[in-house]
Amino acid sequence: MQFFLQQFINGITLGGVYALIALGYTMVYGIIQLINFAHGEFFAAGGYLGVILLTWLAAQGLPPVICIALALVLAMIYCAVLAMCVEKVAYKPLRQSPRLSVLLSALGMSIFLQNGLMLTQGVYDRAYPTAMTSGGFEVGGILVSYMQIFIVAITAILLLGLNALVFRTRIGKAMRATAQDKTMSALVGINASHIISLTFAIGAGLAAAAGIMVGFYYGSINYSMGFVPGIKAFSAAVLGGIGNITGAMLGGFIIGMVEIFAAGYISSEYKDVFAFIILILVLYFMPTGIMGENVDDTRV
Amino acid sequence: MTTPESRKGLLGLGLALGLFYLLLWPLLGIKAEGLFFADAFAVWWRVALPVVLCFLVYLLRDKPALLAVRRTGQRLGSSLSGLISALPRPLLAAIGLALALVFPFCTERYAQDVAINVLVYVCLGLGLNVVVGLAGLLDLGYIAFYGVGAYTYALLAVHFHLSFWLCLPIAASLAAVAGCIIGYPTLRMRGDYLAIVTLGFGEIVRIILNNWMSLTNGPNGILSVPPPDIFWPSFESGFSFEHIWLKKLIYLYFIILLLALATIVAVYRINNSRIGRALEAIREDETAAELMGVNTFLLKLLAYAMGAVFGGVAGTFFAARMRFVSPESFTFIESAMVLAMVVLGGMGSIPGVILGALALIALPEVFRGFELYRMLVFGGVMCLMMIFRPRGLWPAKRLGTRSEDRE
Repeated sequence: MQFFLQQFINGITLGGVYALIALGYTMVYGIIQLINFAHGEFFAAGGYLGVILLTWLAAQGLPPVICIALALVLAMIYCAVLAMCVEKVAYKPLRQSPRLSVLLSALGMSIFLQNGLMLTQGVYDRAYPTAMTSGGFEVGGILVSYMQIFIVAITAILLLGLNALVFRTRIGKAMRATAQDKTMSALVGINASHIISLTFAIGAGLAAAAGIMVGFYYGSINYSMGFVPGIKAFSAAVLGGIGNITGAMLGGFIIGMVEIFAAGYISSEYKDVFAFIILILVLYFMPTGIMGENVDDTRV
Repeated sequence: MTTPESRKGLLGLGLALGLFYLLLWPLLGIKAEGLFFADAFAVWWRVALPVVLCFLVYLLRDKPALLAVRRTGQRLGSSLSGLISALPRPLLAAIGLALALVFPFCTERYAQDVAINVLVYVCLGLGLNVVVGLAGLLDLGYIAFYGVGAYTYALLAVHFHLSFWLCLPIAASLAAVAGCIIGYPTLRMRGDYLAIVTLGFGEIVRIILNNWMSLTNGPNGILSVPPPDIFWPSFESGFSFEHIWLKKLIYLYFIILLLALATIVAVYRINNSRIGRALEAIREDETAAELMGVNTFLLKLLAYAMGAVFGGVAGTFFAARMRFVSPESFTFIESAMVLAMVVLGGMGSIPGVILGALALIALPEVFRGFELYRMLVFGGVMCLMMIFRPRGLWPAKRLGTRSEDRE
């Protein structure tokens, strides 16, 4: 039982990270039906920017809480702008092309960004300043670290914030309208191009936050770290129902749990395989996902 | 000619490219240990310079100064293509074959090595071409079949001492079976889901190869895989067959040339057969093809299996040539590379794929100093190709679009 609860807490931590990445996939897919392969690279870039900013801010003598908050916000803004540029360069000229072309362009962008990171940040793993969040406490024999609390808290804030943005504000309404029907939303005066840019920006910002959290969680980051979590997060998005924001959050937590429990109870070497198997099973038996998909097939 | 609208779009693209470049630059110049702007500059000017040059040429293409250059270029190009089309195709093929046969006798070891690599990738690219180019199914886990072929040969040859030539059909059929296993559950899915699921399958195969210590020796790989062998007639002391291990590079070159030629002929025949036409019909419009009596599911599965066979054959040769296999040779980036070959060359076009393999394997060897930049350039070129020349360098003659894309 103790082991189970311990794994449960680990699962929530990891699931939150996957949920944050999955949101970017699901929102982009919901609007332009593109599997944004470069999304994993925004996640990696966020991780790198995080470690750079953290080291620099800590050297200025700021307290850890402010360091982390500032690094998080700056990395999110940077990745959001980067994603908007990537969209303008690699996807916008292809709005009218076959889907395969856009997918290949996304793949090319992913390879480009990944190798750009490798060339300038080095091939080796980079250690994260985990000392900032070290320590923890014990509740009934279950170890809860401050790092886990930090990750879960940030994830909760971001998810609630996104929910408020999408379901409570005018911009959110415009985003939902565009995802539902681009022609009709254009007729009532919503600029689809702006909404698509905004979607990319929000998704990448969340991915950047996830990158920093993964850095703290595993203690190190790598230039190619975006690839496998990217596929897992996409599995999460499909599991929850692609295009469905609530579904992506749910799917992320399920995938995180499955991975942790599979690693704990079945085999830790094959833990990556389980996410893929879930993806394949879901697509085969329940292609619309748990919460139902929400995708507009028309093009702008 | 440029309309105001396309000019505006182009300007937007240029501005976005500039901003993109500016954004990349600081990230990559700043490290946790301090500022390394010089390092980042050394990386990015090499990228920025060609991009800016290409962009300038593209912008200036209608200016009178360049128009003269362009006219002569066009005239040269059209006369060259006229010359090529005037020659009968068999003659062209014969010239190509003769060049390929003479090649190893007038080159160094290093060039032969590169040529072998190119030919392996020609096999792989043509195999993937059947799946992506003909049937229009995007497969991002193609390298898994290459891995299946390589490991089949390595295991059979090391543990059971089976000959290369015997393992070739075994590996090919195992790869085909793997293709069917992967294809069966995935082929009912929508186009882009298929891509991500095949990617997942490719990763599963790699993870299994990496972790099944008792069979594959995990990340250490399998060592001392025997090279191909033949029985050569020998007339010393009476007539007998002498058993020879083909270790020399030149023999390996001829073996892979043979395999590549077989692949080219096979893919050419598939292209022009009933099956090829049916696959193209599926690519153009699956519903219409089904209505015309094409058994779409079976044919898509067949396309997968056929593609996998060529992958398996190339994998077998790879294991025999490297004399070592490890899971590291079968990562996603290899799949992406083979896919890029098909896309760069032109989907569904045989000469295009050969051209693509040459461009992606041989060209980086020429620019050895830029070795590290290979994948970077490669990703960027893939994007730009999709934007400016989506049909590839040498487009296939019959090529339409899927009906779902046109809506």
